[in-house]
Amino acid sequence: MLGKLDWSAIPIDQPIPLVAAAVVLVAILGVLGWALVKGYMPYLWSEWITSVDHKRIGVMYVLLASVMLLRGGSDAIMMRAQQAIAYQSNGYLPPEHFNQIFSAHGTIMIFFVAMPFVIGLMNLVVPLQLGVRDVAFPTLNSVGFWLTATGALLVNVSLVIGEFARTGWLPFPPLSELTYSPGVGVDYYLWSLLISGVGTLVAGINLVTTVLKLRTRGMTYLRMPMFCWTTLASNLLIIAAFPILTATLTMLMLDRYFGFHFFTNEAGGNMMMFMNLIWAWGHPEVYILVLPAFGIFSEVVSTFSSKSLFGYRSMVLATMAICVISFMVWLHHFFTMGAGPEVNAIFGIASMIIAVPTGVKIYNWLFTMYGGKVRFTTPMLWAIGFMVTFMLGGLTGVLLAVPPADFVLHNSLFLVAHFHNVIIGGVLFGAFAGYTYWFPKAFGFRLHEGLGKAAFWFTLVGFYVTFVPLYAAGLLGMTRRMQHYDVAAWRPWMIVAGIGTILLTVAIVFQVLQLAVSIRHRAQLRDTTGDPWDGRSLEWATSSPPPAFNFAISPDVRGEDAYWDMKGHAKQRLLEPKEPEYRDIEMPRNSPTGFVCAFFAAVMGFALIWHIWWMVALGGIGAFATFVVFAWRDHDEYIIPAAEVARIDRANIEERRKLVSLAGSP
Amino acid sequence: MQAEAMEHEGPASKRIVTGYGFWIFLLSDIVMFSCFFAAYAVLLGQIAGGPKGSELFDLRSVAAETAFLLLSSFTCGLAMIAADLRDARWYQLGMAVTCLFGLGFLALEFREFADLVGRGAGPTRSAFLTSFFTLVGCHGAHVSAGILWLLTMMAQVFAKGFRADIMRRLLCFALFWHALDIIWVAIFSVVYLIGSAA
Repeated sequence: MLGKLDWSAIPIDQPIPLVAAAVVLVAILGVLGWALVKGYMPYLWSEWITSVDHKRIGVMYVLLASVMLLRGGSDAIMMRAQQAIAYQSNGYLPPEHFNQIFSAHGTIMIFFVAMPFVIGLMNLVVPLQLGVRDVAFPTLNSVGFWLTATGALLVNVSLVIGEFARTGWLPFPPLSELTYSPGVGVDYYLWSLLISGVGTLVAGINLVTTVLKLRTRGMTYLRMPMFCWTTLASNLLIIAAFPILTATLTMLMLDRYFGFHFFTNEAGGNMMMFMNLIWAWGHPEVYILVLPAFGIFSEVVSTFSSKSLFGYRSMVLATMAICVISFMVWLHHFFTMGAGPEVNAIFGIASMIIAVPTGVKIYNWLFTMYGGKVRFTTPMLWAIGFMVTFMLGGLTGVLLAVPPADFVLHNSLFLVAHFHNVIIGGVLFGAFAGYTYWFPKAFGFRLHEGLGKAAFWFTLVGFYVTFVPLYAAGLLGMTRRMQHYDVAAWRPWMIVAGIGTILLTVAIVFQVLQLAVSIRHRAQLRDTTGDPWDGRSLEWATSSPPPAFNFAISPDVRGEDAYWDMKGHAKQRLLEPKEPEYRDIEMPRNSPTGFVCAFFAAVMGFALIWHIWWMVALGGIGAFATFVVFAWRDHDEYIIPAAEVARIDRANIEERRKLVSLAGSP
Repeated sequence: MQAEAMEHEGPASKRIVTGYGFWIFLLSDIVMFSCFFAAYAVLLGQIAGGPKGSELFDLRSVAAETAFLLLSSFTCGLAMIAADLRDARWYQLGMAVTCLFGLGFLALEFREFADLVGRGAGPTRSAFLTSFFTLVGCHGAHVSAGILWLLTMMAQVFAKGFRADIMRRLLCFALFWHALDIIWVAIFSVVYLIGSAA
């Protein structure tokens, strides 16, 4: 009846996950109860859960990422604490729990923090920057988000019911095969990633189609803001790479569920094929994450230097070069496979070549700042912090791209330090910069500057204090994923890294505090103009938060930096107004399809993990029925009448006119 | 520069956007198939003492499957022409024949799989057979899903007629069905012809 599921699945003997789960459960029930009592449920359902508005979906993506960042961050704190005290002792975490924690930490941080964060920002901003009303497929967009949330849910369910994988963030066979991992941990991993992977693919298709086919009048390719270019490159990589992940995990799933022999030790299976396949996805994944961050930095640096981006065309070229080369370097993840010096040399050289377009970008940002009026706001601080930190990560990356050096360093903490250096210094700094930069656009008020700066400085210093010791310990020979160790030389470095984690925790507290304080003081921080930073691209041309239809009249683009250009001509035009002719606007209707689909996917995923076959069938039929019901809808759009459009737009223009007559900045 | 700017006329029509998005989905699907092809190529020789491809494959049955699938693509094309002409009767007939050819293909494939399992050459026998069953079975699963979709589209046209949104869905369905042919040609060449030689 319930497959493999019984009471033994609940880890009653382990206090840490139980207490954590109880806290989370109380928090969830508290929020739900509060929403119920206050009568917010209908609002949540009709304005957010069933929304197909790209801005709302973008916000929900970022919210999901932020919540999961807290979860992944707690895992990190537990690991650093364990290694700080586990010299000649067992520490406080039993080995099998420690193994689950490092696996969950990596999985969560990549798939449920970094991915939703950048996809959320792309969802929120790209249609606005392109001057369009929505993404290409709004309902699919909602489906994609909720499937991602389903994956995150399953990972968190594993905390209480059953266990998570102990195999690392990528489940390398044969360790992940049924013989060596008979529990449900790897199954939790597989199904949460297979389900959320569909969501990611949908988002990729959506954004590529949006960028290529929906741009507003006059928005030629070489006039698109840099963030749109990096979004295009990143989503092309998603489309090319995520099917590889799906295929690879499906093969592992078939091995585990039906006794197939793709990666097994016996009957001719080939586990090195798993390494090749998973890294053919995994390396492009690094650039899927970091390219949008590069785009964010380009926007931020240009806006806060009050200059157009230096070397725009070389920036485009560099982005697309990275997009292509990122598929030619995957083998550097296993130079020690025994492929031979020729193969290793080719992949080593490709890995070093990819540093060239990245260097081009760094120089372009520096030259953008050179001679500009640089404003050191919070997003700009993240951008500058990124440039310094990411360069250090890039240098150690080139070091690891040298095969002989990699033979020494490849499984050590040096490697761990390197990829945290580029992922935190690149992706996370980018995410925070974008969050601060576009927050007023999404909500209509700015974030508190002082607390944002405090969060930045604690993150920057905390980052160095945590990860420079890991470089040192790696050079001293400490391998990754150690539950305890007996080498005295490593100990001081582990203690320093632990202190760094405390600084990073303080930084997170400041981030949360910043949000809370900003919401409290939103009246003072209100942005009535829609353009708080004196921005350059089209998202600043509409009010904050933008109306459902984004633009009352589709913008007509005449050059790079579309909105800056408009502001230059605006003085005359705004002061002697000629009211445009407003028309009715057709917008896609809200739909519960995404939420219901994800509900059935969650049921099916849970049932598959525990081998509850009747429930699998139930989930599958439910999902198909949802699809048919959705396909049967007759009216999937609604009309916003011209009078309503005019009313909303007039208010926006009025605020802007005040701004122009007051400042006249351009 | 100014002239070039005016060349971009703004958002494309819904039909183009839908078709374009679906093309991209198909490309991603082909990437997924290429992984299974790669796995087949790697594991082709890993028979673990079991039967080889040349001892298992019946090329006459494969030829019949190919004929069914290609013919079904042809009748699918006819049905789409009928849809363009808003001729419901010929459309339904074309789709029904497409469905029958598709089912015939699935029946032959099912017989082949059952026969192999009966001879002790199931997917768990060796890595070679694992990759064979997965690759060919994945294509078969796509055909099955395609038939479900086909029936849904027959019902939709029956209930709602040739509305613009339904025509867009038909465009996607036709693309999907033809893409299955392309993948089958690759399976025919790589799995059956090369596999029989190995």
